[in-house]
Amino acid sequence: MSKIHVSTTVNGDAVEYLCDPRETLLDCLRDKLSLTGAKEGCGTGDCGACSVTLDGRLVCSCLVLGVEAEGKEIGTVEGIADGDVLHPLQQKFIDYAALQCGICTPGILVAAKALLEQNPDPTEEEVRFWLAGNLCRCTGYDKIIRAVMDTARDMREAV
Amino acid sequence: MALDDLKTKDFAFVGTRPNRPDGLDKVTGRAKFGADAHAPGMLHGAILRSPHAHARILRIDTSRAEALKDVKAVVTRADFSDQVPFAPGLEGEFWNVLENVMAGDKALYDGHAVAAVAATSALAARDALKLIEVEYEVLPHVTDVDKAMQADAPVIREGATDYSVPEGMHPNVVRMHESGHGDVAAGFAEADLVIEDHFTTEATHQGYIEPHACLATLGMDGKGELWCCTQGHWIVQKTCAALLGIETANLRVTASEIGGGFGGKTTVFIEPVALALSRKANKPVKLVMSRSEVFRATGPTASASMDIKIGMKKDGTITAAEGIFRLQGGAFPGGPAEYTAMCAFAPYNLTNVRQVGYDVMTNRPKQAAYRAPGSPMAAFAVESVIDELCNQLGLDPIEVRLKNASREGTKASYGPRFQRIGLVETLEAAKAHPHLSAPLKPGQGRGISCGFWFNHGGETSVSLALSEDGSAQVMVGTPDIGGSRASMALMAAEVLGIPYDNIRVTIADTATLGYNDVSHGSRVTYASGLATIKAARHAVEKLCERAAKKWGIPVDAVKWENGCAVPSGPNAGDFDPLPLADITADMGRTGGPISGHFEATPEGAGVSFATHIVDAEVDPETGKTRVVRYTVIQDAGKAIHPTYVEGQFQGGAAQGIGWALNEEYIYGEDGRLQNSVFLDYRIPVASDLPMIDTVIVEVPNPGHPFGVRGVGETSICPPLAAIANAVSAAAGVRMRNLPMSPPRILSALKAHG
Repeated sequence: MSKIHVSTTVNGDAVEYLCDPRETLLDCLRDKLSLTGAKEGCGTGDCGACSVTLDGRLVCSCLVLGVEAEGKEIGTVEGIADGDVLHPLQQKFIDYAALQCGICTPGILVAAKALLEQNPDPTEEEVRFWLAGNLCRCTGYDKIIRAVMDTARDMREAV
Repeated sequence: MALDDLKTKDFAFVGTRPNRPDGLDKVTGRAKFGADAHAPGMLHGAILRSPHAHARILRIDTSRAEALKDVKAVVTRADFSDQVPFAPGLEGEFWNVLENVMAGDKALYDGHAVAAVAATSALAARDALKLIEVEYEVLPHVTDVDKAMQADAPVIREGATDYSVPEGMHPNVVRMHESGHGDVAAGFAEADLVIEDHFTTEATHQGYIEPHACLATLGMDGKGELWCCTQGHWIVQKTCAALLGIETANLRVTASEIGGGFGGKTTVFIEPVALALSRKANKPVKLVMSRSEVFRATGPTASASMDIKIGMKKDGTITAAEGIFRLQGGAFPGGPAEYTAMCAFAPYNLTNVRQVGYDVMTNRPKQAAYRAPGSPMAAFAVESVIDELCNQLGLDPIEVRLKNASREGTKASYGPRFQRIGLVETLEAAKAHPHLSAPLKPGQGRGISCGFWFNHGGETSVSLALSEDGSAQVMVGTPDIGGSRASMALMAAEVLGIPYDNIRVTIADTATLGYNDVSHGSRVTYASGLATIKAARHAVEKLCERAAKKWGIPVDAVKWENGCAVPSGPNAGDFDPLPLADITADMGRTGGPISGHFEATPEGAGVSFATHIVDAEVDPETGKTRVVRYTVIQDAGKAIHPTYVEGQFQGGAAQGIGWALNEEYIYGEDGRLQNSVFLDYRIPVASDLPMIDTVIVEVPNPGHPFGVRGVGETSICPPLAAIANAVSAAAGVRMRNLPMSPPRILSALKAHG
């Protein structure tokens, strides 16, 4: 099957790739652009480990075709830090040990950042329901929820 | 065995909560997990799997797949060693693993591998699978443990039964375990109340978010490189070498970062297949499982059918206890019947106890370890009966457990006498916890349970090398599943007396360190920790020798304090403290590089107990259950990094909640797994759970230099029972079958009227 040329933007950088029409955005990020931060945990949109933003909207990149990225703006975990300064969520996840194995962490950080951008003062219930699409099998979510809530508070106080 | 150099207080580093050394990698996407590897010229593999639960493989025709331009290799069972013995013990287990990773004469379960392809792209490999023709003769199948033991059940494999099974049992019963002491019949006669009941649990999957993945290179010279996500790369090395017919040392295995394991990554599934494909294609081959393959073809835990009988006096004394545990472990021997039986009554000091376990084969995937294999199911059955006895006799569940609790010196239900243990301390902490006395709302119930796990030592090697600038590198062989680099660095810092940040902990590959057992059995902080401490002490001995030489005094006149060599007393001489970095700066000229080593099989992993308190509420209209409050109280011996200890407690509880309420392998009449995606196999999500409170109890383990007990597994032992007791209290009806899904709750409520 002939491949399709795609021009898109990832974390602010213009990129191009050739992809099979059947390949997902996740496949393209990982295999063609070597951005392996987004993970495939299920391939069916159930686990959220592949979470990225597409024109600012939180999506599972395993449910988006590579060709659909044409002309779009994609944000991945690799673009969350500002140069050598971690995003407050990233620092708080380290401080709180809000990860054990770390496989779900990139997706959870992308999802939590998207939440705080649209709701800087979420309740615990809102955080839990927002992150219900991001499976974590190690932590029981306790430290993750605390890290997100405390980051939100810090970011509100910093404004 | 108690160590004579046990240190239990005045720690400088141990017990603090520094950031983990690999934190930055894991929050930036930089950490390399199994599927993140790439090699020049790499091919992509894919595996063809049986659609039948039980079928004879009559013919496999791979010619159409091989004819494709993009396909570079196709393998079947014929491409593996024919020298792998089918015999009891580890050699026999190699044969079982081979049979599991690539079917021989028969496909034994839905999802059993029958052939594999390597092609120039993942899509091409998947397309090629469709061109492989397999002719099957479908055979009768059985997936239920009780049905597999009945006389008319199809035989999974003749000759798999060992000497332990009495004559007359079905050939699917392959192992039997029996143990205990005293006279249970006499014990039951002394009881004021005897309750006998039947319980079942379903198979659940470890549910790690990272599917199995590897990158394999095996050349015509018989030398190989393997990168994979695993809990233990030496067992991968040993097993793959045996299955491929090469020498162990010629295969170097590197463990990637691991995206969860919980026991499920203690064996191999795709790694030997990728190596066989690579050998045939003479190119690197990457093989990554889909989620559906993970569910269908990697190890879930065993399902269980259990009969429990316990006698109690009016004052709460348990007079006798008996349990029969039937464990379904898939199409191979290995269901944890022995562990289930041995753990069942371990929390209690019993005069009369008997436990029997049966390991039963069915047409399901080969079970793999899952966090304290066997113990959670046993605790569910036993602690449910104890709860019911307390209810009927009007006794307090904590007081009854305290009255019967195992203590130091108790003869365990499974044989040995306990050394210093912390069960009573966890029960006392539960009694004092505000959770236990907090009021419940209407429709809510509270349950408690105790749980037990053995913990494990295992073969362990650690090397520690000092650098000229006084920093240290520690090479361990146990993959870091949940922050163990941090705890290793803390223990090394404690001994060396240098800052935590000056120590780099690396998970060494199989070519650069001696053999290490898998990260399992809650052994890492215990065994690799002990080895790290001993390796650091070994380096300290050498540091003291250099100081002694410099000062011209005997080495036994030098001691190590706060990172410096100092004279051991006023008579040793008057010398200024000599810091570690001053000694290492000159080490090339004073005797050469300074390193410490430890290689042994530590035997002192202290057993561990926990008590959990759960509040649950049940909606009688829908049958939906919600856990509203959860408290974990567990003996950690000594918490090296308390935050990560809490994490283990919380993670075990959450997995237990899933097991108790939602998760199960569902098989159709056709013997095929019906819920092989996360949408249908529902693990707990953030909105399902409350915060999970933790209390770390510290009763030092005399077998570890700093008193550590493993904490990873015990945390999943009490939840099934504690939640079942809470739900039974809330629903007003005893729940005997897991998971307590809404339909099960509704039918129990209906049957109860």
